[in-house]
Formats: sequence, C-alpha cells, structure tokens
Amino acid sequence: MNLPDPNALIDALAAQLAPTLSPDCALIGIHTGGVWLRDAVVARLPLMSPMPVLGELDVSFYRDDYAQSGLHAEVQPSVIPFEIEGRHVVLFDDVLYTGRTVRAALNLLFDYGRPASIRLAVLVDRGGRELPIGADFVGLKLDLPATEHIDLLRDATGALRFVHGPWE
Amino acid sequence: MAQNLQLTSDGRLRHLLTLDGLPKRILTEILDTAQSFVSVGERDVKKVPLLRGKAVFNVFFENSTRTRTTFEIAAKRLSADVVNLNVNASSQSKGETLLDTVSNLSAMLADMFVVRHSAAGAAHLIARHVAPHIHVINAGDGRSAHPTQGLLDMYTIRHYKGDFHNLRVAIVGDVLHSRVARSQIHALTTLGCPEVRVIAPRTLLPRDVSGMGVHVFHKLEEGLKDVDVVMMLRLQNERMQGARLPSAGEYYKHWGLTPEKLKHARPDAIVMHPGPMNRGVEIDSEVADGQQSVILPQVTFGIAVRMAVMSLVAGANS
Repeated sequence: MNLPDPNALIDALAAQLAPTLSPDCALIGIHTGGVWLRDAVVARLPLMSPMPVLGELDVSFYRDDYAQSGLHAEVQPSVIPFEIEGRHVVLFDDVLYTGRTVRAALNLLFDYGRPASIRLAVLVDRGGRELPIGADFVGLKLDLPATEHIDLLRDATGALRFVHGPWE
Repeated sequence: MAQNLQLTSDGRLRHLLTLDGLPKRILTEILDTAQSFVSVGERDVKKVPLLRGKAVFNVFFENSTRTRTTFEIAAKRLSADVVNLNVNASSQSKGETLLDTVSNLSAMLADMFVVRHSAAGAAHLIARHVAPHIHVINAGDGRSAHPTQGLLDMYTIRHYKGDFHNLRVAIVGDVLHSRVARSQIHALTTLGCPEVRVIAPRTLLPRDVSGMGVHVFHKLEEGLKDVDVVMMLRLQNERMQGARLPSAGEYYKHWGLTPEKLKHARPDAIVMHPGPMNRGVEIDSEVADGQQSVILPQVTFGIAVRMAVMSLVAGANS
C-alpha cells in the first residue's frame, strides 16, 4: 500500500480547522502521536491573538484494558495548564481505530472540568470502531484489516512519517 | 527468594516487599509513574478510576499515622474501597495468627494487603500464602524494610537534584534499628548514587554495615562535608533494649542536626526525615523548619509514590 505523505494531510487538516478556531479554544494532544499532530497543526495555523491554549493528555490511568494488561509503560504527566471550564476543546490523535482511547481521553478531560464543547481531529481514520465515537476533522480515511497497524512516527529531526504493516 | 515472590514470570512487579535486589528498571518505572500521579494530585478532581471495584486492606499490626493515612489516601485516589485494620499483635501468638487473619480478610474479598508488622518477614509470609490475584505491599516489617518510604525518598531526591549520578548522600543516626535506612541504601545503590555515607555512633550501627557498600563516619561534621542530601533517621527509643545511649540530650549534642553542623554540607543540600521527628534530639527545629528542609514535600510525594506502587502491582495480573 502506498501511504501518502503525512505533511500533505496535515496541511489539509490545518486548513479545515483554522476557520473554526477562536481564542477560547484549547488544542489538546493525546500522547504521543496526538501531541506530534497537534504541534504540526499549530505550526501551520495563521497567527491569532491570543493563540488558543495548548495541553497534553496521557490516558493510561483511564484505559479500559488495565485489568487485562496492567499499566502502560512510560506513562507521562498530563498537562492542562489552564481552566478547562468553558473552553472549546479540539482533541488530537494520530489514528482513530476502536474509539477506546478517545473514550478514555473524554473521561480524563472531564476530571479537569466542564468544557463548552469537544471536537476530535485525527490524521487517519482506519475504521473498526467499537464505540459510538466519530471524528470531526479527518486527514485520511482508510479501510485497514484488523491484522494490520498504522502509526505516526517522529524522528530526531522532527520529521513525521507513517509506518504500516502487520501487528507484531 | 524475595525476587521470585515480588516479580511475575514476565518480570513485572506483583508484590512490593523489599527494595533489596529489585532491578533499576522497576525502581525507575515506579518513580516515573509517580511523577504522573503527582500531576493528578494537583487537579481539582484528584481521583483516577484504575482500582475501581477493588478492595484494599490496610492491615497494621504496629502503630502508624503517616504511612497508614497516605496509603489510605493513595488507595482512595485510585478509586479503591479501603478498609483499615489496626490489629494488636501482642494479644496472640504470631505466625499462625497472622495467616489466619489474612485468610479471613481474603474471604472478605480483599484484592490487596498493605501490611505493617513489628516482625521482619511478615509481609513475605503473607505474600507466599495469598491467592495469585492478591497483591501485598510491605508498609514496614521490623528492622527489615520499608520499601515505599525508600521509594518516596528517592522520588524526593530526584525531584530536587535531577538524578543520582553525581550525588553524595548521607544517612544520619539510628541505622541499627532503621528499616528505612536499609531501604534507602538499597535504592540509592541500585539507582547509581556513587557515594552513600552512613553517619552514626558505633552502638547504633549494624555489624554488617560495611558489606552494604557505604562509607561509614563516626563524626557528624566529617560525614556531612560536601554532601548534597542529608537523610536524617528517627532515634527509635521504642526499639532499644538496654543502654545504647547516655541520654537524649547527649545524643543531640553529638548527633543532632543543628544549623551550624548543616553548614558542613553543600549550601544547596536538602534535608530529609521520614518522620515522626524528635525535635531537639536528632534534628533541631531551626533545621526541620528551615529553607533546606524538604520534609513536608516528602509526605506529599509519598501519596503519589504509593499510588504508583499500587497501580503497578494491581495491574500485574496476567
């Protein structure tokens, strides 16, 4: 399968998002791919005054597979350095699949307060949902079989690329 | 032996009984996870749902306020149901009674035991006998180990000093009776601290201390010279048999940490104490309440560290 250049998809995603943003927005990435995507989108946004605030979520403490697989390695602190109350949140994740990560992120977010609204932006929607969750902004729709994975990677120079193949 | 008991076959932490021999990978994982729990503690809603539906039994055969309370808060912040039991150990003969107590609590569907006991090895004994899905955390056993205290001390040092690789750390006082000192020494050594000093009168040092890889000093001023971290120990009068010391006043004169003695350490040295403090015995109030003291932050970090330990062991079920 030939995968597109993520940068072209991010250009398009940023163009979709930009007109919907206002200074009372919060742009929140889900660790780790969602934070990379959020950074890449922010770099492409036109200047706004003030700029939307930025946050990061690690959903490890809210995952529904804890009882099966335990705590995920390398948990990182969630960083929400602003009042979530009344904010229009855009959540970012690299790949939308079962919807379980987004469910966990929603629960985590509400432990910080009551946002005015939450929208979801993803680079890839690969289908396969197990929960009634959908994305508001999508870079690329793919129909991937459950035996394959797709991930966003960021190298030391900050360049983004996809990796795709069978699950190990 | 303790390692086989503490770790699952795939190397995850199943019980926390001692820091002796626990690999650096596990210590670092606990400290890293605790860092995320510190940020949870700064939110309005300080709870996460990890242990929802689980029952944690704090079984204390020996008195404790701080340790029991911080374990209780930690379990509640993980959404567990918490039951606190203060069991009087002296009323019945030990071994069998201990296991009987635990069997009864297991029949009440406990998922985790946090155990403090005056006898060394009590938590190990329980860990050997519980069902596979039950986890045991040692909250202090005799003079042997107090692993979560050792871990929260490591968290505190890492918080203020970054890492362990260029640090001189001094442990001061009643090492002989201290399970805290043993856990600290094991953790510091594993985490790569190049110089661990033990400063104590000869009568309060265990015989095997030189085998623990530490430098021994018998004069406070000499031992404190240029250290980055001063870890004070409590003088444990209740564990002393016979006259190991002339008097509390005499102890303070030679071993009490005063502002003048602290000047021998580096100017940015931090002062720690596991509590409860004997003010005017091992530590002067001016030091305990001073700029260099991180004694109260230790308590706060202790909650996050205990949350990390509980969520790691409870997740090691596969």
